Amino acid sequence: MYDKNKIVAGLVIFVAIVTFPFWYNLGNASSAPEPKLSEKAKAAKECVVPKESMKSEHMRILDLWRDTVVRDANRIYNTGKGKTFNMSLSTGEESCTGCHDNKAEFCDKCHNYASVDPYCWDCHIAPKEKKPEENK
Amino acid sequence: MENSRRSFLKVAGITALGIGTKPVLDVFASSGGHGEEPKPEVYSNEKALTAEKWGMVIDTTKFHSAEDLAPIIEACHKIHNVPDLPDSKHEIMWLWEDEYKHVFTHREHELINDRIKHLPFLVLCNHCEKPACVRACPTKATFKRDDGIVLMDFHRCIGCRFCMAACPYGSRSFNFRDPRPFIKEENKEFPTRMKGVVEKCNFCAERLAVGKMPACVEASNGAITVGDLDDPESEVRELLRTNYTIRRKPDLGAGPSVYYIV
Repeated sequence: MYDKNKIVAGLVIFVAIVTFPFWYNLGNASSAPEPKLSEKAKAAKECVVPKESMKSEHMRILDLWRDTVVRDANRIYNTGKGKTFNMSLSTGEESCTGCHDNKAEFCDKCHNYASVDPYCWDCHIAPKEKKPEENK
Repeated sequence: MENSRRSFLKVAGITALGIGTKPVLDVFASSGGHGEEPKPEVYSNEKALTAEKWGMVIDTTKFHSAEDLAPIIEACHKIHNVPDLPDSKHEIMWLWEDEYKHVFTHREHELINDRIKHLPFLVLCNHCEKPACVRACPTKATFKRDDGIVLMDFHRCIGCRFCMAACPYGSRSFNFRDPRPFIKEENKEFPTRMKGVVEKCNFCAERLAVGKMPACVEASNGAITVGDLDDPESEVRELLRTNYTIRRKPDLGAGPSVYYIV
């Protein structure tokens, strides 16, 4: 083989460049964010459905709810355990944001991490952001 | 063991049987035992106002000038976060005023009496019996509820504006720009809209759902009445029985549900 040294050196450089993103980011993976629950949500202990299902299913629940509310005019959700919710993202005490009143700490934390950009807030009015000192 | 066709078929048969019974067993396993879990339910508020067919009667004899209508329009627009845009081409209107010759185009003539000629009329979505907008909408964003209210699902509107072309009453407005900066005072109880969707009067469906009368009715001091057109005992039917009323462009066959006492 001619120019063995050059070829091997070139190959080493090529592999190094191609794999650069992998070894450069090695060990830097940021951990999954933990959404911060508001005091009210903590006190309530349970949401519409158990926490784990809520994590994976909330977008489907919201989608279903909006059809139920807009099309069928059914606006109250009963968990079956005697607890009722106002089937609304942003209106009233018993709506989603009535409990989860901090969008930045609750919604955005995971959405930003997962790089999803739901258009809920184009129309729905987000709860007013509280200043840190007010939060306590 | 010697491999014969016979033994191979035996093993294959048993395997097939085993694979076949797995889903059946799964169904049995899931159906029994966990039945105690309470089932969630959805329903409407027991205080909700309902009707077979919603309708509205506007008593125009109780109005004299635009000043009488302004608080009603303001109440509606404030509650629904309707923006106040400076450019009239971009104007968003749920409830507005217009003069007789524009409202009742087919009834207009130049020698009409002075009161009617100069009286401002309240106009809004007519919540038609056969709404042209619903037929025109390609995404079913606009639909007619069983109780006669023609509603919009803003989530589904793609902004094609076919409904605006179809509506004979001009009841629909398009958001040419983001309405948020033009809402003076946001009502947190109702969402805003975004750029690129159509909007119109929703007969205060969100208020009826919690047992409140539409905002315009509350602000009108009794000049506007809503109720069940299918109930002969209702207040609107009583008004229609005892007063001469007209509707906008009835000859088009859309069947508007808003009646005017003139």
